[in-house]
Amino acid sequence: MSVIIILLLASIFVAGIFLVAFLWSVKSGQFNDDYAPPSRILFDDHTDLKPKQ
Amino acid sequence: MVYEIINESGLCNYYDLNANPGITQRISIREDKFAFLADENIASRLISFRNDEQTHVIFSLPQMHCSSCLYLLENLHRINKGVISSRVNFPEKTVEIFFDHSVISLQQLASLLAGVGYEPYISLKDISSPQKRRDQSLIYHLGVAGFCFSNIMLMSFPEYLGVDAGEELIRSVFRWANLLLSLPVFFYAAWPFYESSWKSLKHRFLNIDAPIALAVIITFVRSVWEVVSGTGGGYFDSMSGIVFFMLVGRVLQNRTYRQLSFERDYRSYFPIAVTVIEEGKQRSCLLPELKIHDTILIHNEELVPVDGWIIKGNALIDYSFVTGESLPVAKAPGEMIYAGGRQTGGNMEVKVMKEVNQSYLTSLWNREHAAEEEKNRSFVHTVSRYFTVIVFTIALAAGIYWQLNDPSKVWSSVTAVFIVACPCALLLANSFTNGHILRILGRNGLYLRSAQVIEDMAAVDHIVLDKTGTLTSAGQQHVSYEGEPLSGKTMRSIAALASCSNHPLSRSIVQYLGEAGDIQADGFKEIPGKGIEGYVNDTWIRLDAGSAEERASNKTTTVFLYIENKKTGCFYFTNQYRTFIPRLLKKLISKRRVSVISGDTAAEKANLWRMTNGKAALFFKQMPADKLNYVKQLEEKGDKVMMVGDGLNDGAALLESSVGLAVSDQSNNFTPASDGIIEAAQLERLPAFLQLCRNNRKIVIASFVMSVLYNITGLFFAVQGMLSPLIAAVLMPASSLSIILLTYLSSHISAGRLKMVS
Repeated sequence: MSVIIILLLASIFVAGIFLVAFLWSVKSGQFNDDYAPPSRILFDDHTDLKPKQ
Repeated sequence: MVYEIINESGLCNYYDLNANPGITQRISIREDKFAFLADENIASRLISFRNDEQTHVIFSLPQMHCSSCLYLLENLHRINKGVISSRVNFPEKTVEIFFDHSVISLQQLASLLAGVGYEPYISLKDISSPQKRRDQSLIYHLGVAGFCFSNIMLMSFPEYLGVDAGEELIRSVFRWANLLLSLPVFFYAAWPFYESSWKSLKHRFLNIDAPIALAVIITFVRSVWEVVSGTGGGYFDSMSGIVFFMLVGRVLQNRTYRQLSFERDYRSYFPIAVTVIEEGKQRSCLLPELKIHDTILIHNEELVPVDGWIIKGNALIDYSFVTGESLPVAKAPGEMIYAGGRQTGGNMEVKVMKEVNQSYLTSLWNREHAAEEEKNRSFVHTVSRYFTVIVFTIALAAGIYWQLNDPSKVWSSVTAVFIVACPCALLLANSFTNGHILRILGRNGLYLRSAQVIEDMAAVDHIVLDKTGTLTSAGQQHVSYEGEPLSGKTMRSIAALASCSNHPLSRSIVQYLGEAGDIQADGFKEIPGKGIEGYVNDTWIRLDAGSAEERASNKTTTVFLYIENKKTGCFYFTNQYRTFIPRLLKKLISKRRVSVISGDTAAEKANLWRMTNGKAALFFKQMPADKLNYVKQLEEKGDKVMMVGDGLNDGAALLESSVGLAVSDQSNNFTPASDGIIEAAQLERLPAFLQLCRNNRKIVIASFVMSVLYNITGLFFAVQGMLSPLIAAVLMPASSLSIILLTYLSSHISAGRLKMVS
């Protein structure tokens, strides 16, 4: 039955990783702006530096 | 001009991304407008980081509105080599720029931004207080509470289901694990509630957080005692659930309209620095450091920041900001001018007469700030006081009963009462409904400062409307002509003359008569505040606004037309109402009292009288202080006033009223401090907005009734000392979730009926 206790520890450990990941993502500002990043990814990278005529 | 810069840098994609990317650049930026940024002292307060190679600065750009803006601003490094990189924060409308200060100075950078149409908004507030980062601690609390809540829930299952005697070990391990997991909830996540209730207790006032904090503490103490003594599993799941759900409500409540600023004072309107002339030399000087008897240079199109008298130059001051009167006033050297006017007659020199914070306009604000009080009239706060009293009474009654009958049950029944009778459901109902209604209103162009404003709006019974800029749209005038008929050629000649002037009336005349074509006016002369005259096709034409006395006696704004010194006719100007105003007024009048208050002349009286069927109180020639006093009188009489206005001239009245709504033609315009900002085009739906706020109240009450039912069920078990962890664990999330669902659906449906959601 002590296997349940080991499983318990393991599950809390995994959940703890997610908690830390969540706190880190909030801290690094990933939830600050929900408009810019999805638009930014759609912009073409520039290769032609010549002005359009 | 903007196009050239963009094209040179190969950023033409800018125009492909959105159909309408740019905002028209209305006024060109004066070259030395940002000269004050060269001042190390000012610059250092804007700069967030600086080393030998680069400088980091954050500018606020309220014009930002679409992905094209984003594209252009993040490609600044292609326009200027000095920019290393730039990154936009869209919801806050700021851009953080890293630049090489050996290539481009801060001042040049600001000019560059202004040049592409994004003039940085730098206010005295930025300068006088350090920039604040958004407070995110509540999110951390939420994360921790969610983590602990879900795990405690999971480990409470043996408690719910019952464990065989042979598995004692597992049960006690799970109980102790729950106890450990509840520690962060109790000591960290629930902290905001302790803090807020402690603050309210210090002010001898019971707020809604007090019963929550009490419930959390009692639950925790009882649960710890049960686990330690081995008598039970405790209610850790309920406790962390309460904290988690309450934090969710709190976070949603805080997530309102960060990008719109409501707390503006006079400082937001004035320039940061002015040009001071000292011994023939110009230098820029921070506004608060301006001293009496300094001579300042005011450029064309700049606001007059202080009271003073004119030394040099022609003043043609547009006081529409202060008085609502739309026509500029001419002032000669030696005359006194007041802060808040906008100079439109070229550059002038002014001698400062009063310090900035004592001048006429700022005195309006300052008087207001003294009168500000703590607002705590919310429905929830009233209920919470009774709630706490009732809970204590029930707990006491249950305690006395069991003391007499079975003393062993006193402890368990009393604590159980506090555990179930938590006002969470009520609080959730309130914050979820308000949050949802705020979002719906925001999507429809009405941005409110806080949830409290919804309740205030529901109670409004008297609406005071400003005329200029609110009922009428700014800058549009309706022109009519009376007199001798004009031939097509004469019309073009007059238009040719009028187009030489930048005055709003002249522009309206040009619009009315049509374009001049290829006709040119030669030898014209514009007399500020008076008119314009000149030869067109060898005909002497004069457009004359009349003398000051004539203007005062006339009810409408009139411009006289003289051809060859013979009075031929006159142009009448009437304000153009927004098209929906008659309909709006009719709707408002049918349900509430309405007043219209205007800084303008009484010219529109008959018109407004007709539109309101004579049922509205009309006031004209009202100064800002008069508006303030009027609102004050109404409030003292017991009316709940909603003031709708647009300019600084309404600022004091907006603050005084129960609900002050600022009308804005573009949401990035300057608006006075207010409880809400409404987009001008959405003004028509004001009655619907008011209705939605009333419905909001009904929804909150309905969900309140529901939460009371849940509480009664819980108390039924609690007073008998029979509250098992399972009942508590089912009741608590069930009540919270069902109330969230109820409020969400009902506010959505009621908004749908008012055509605010698709």
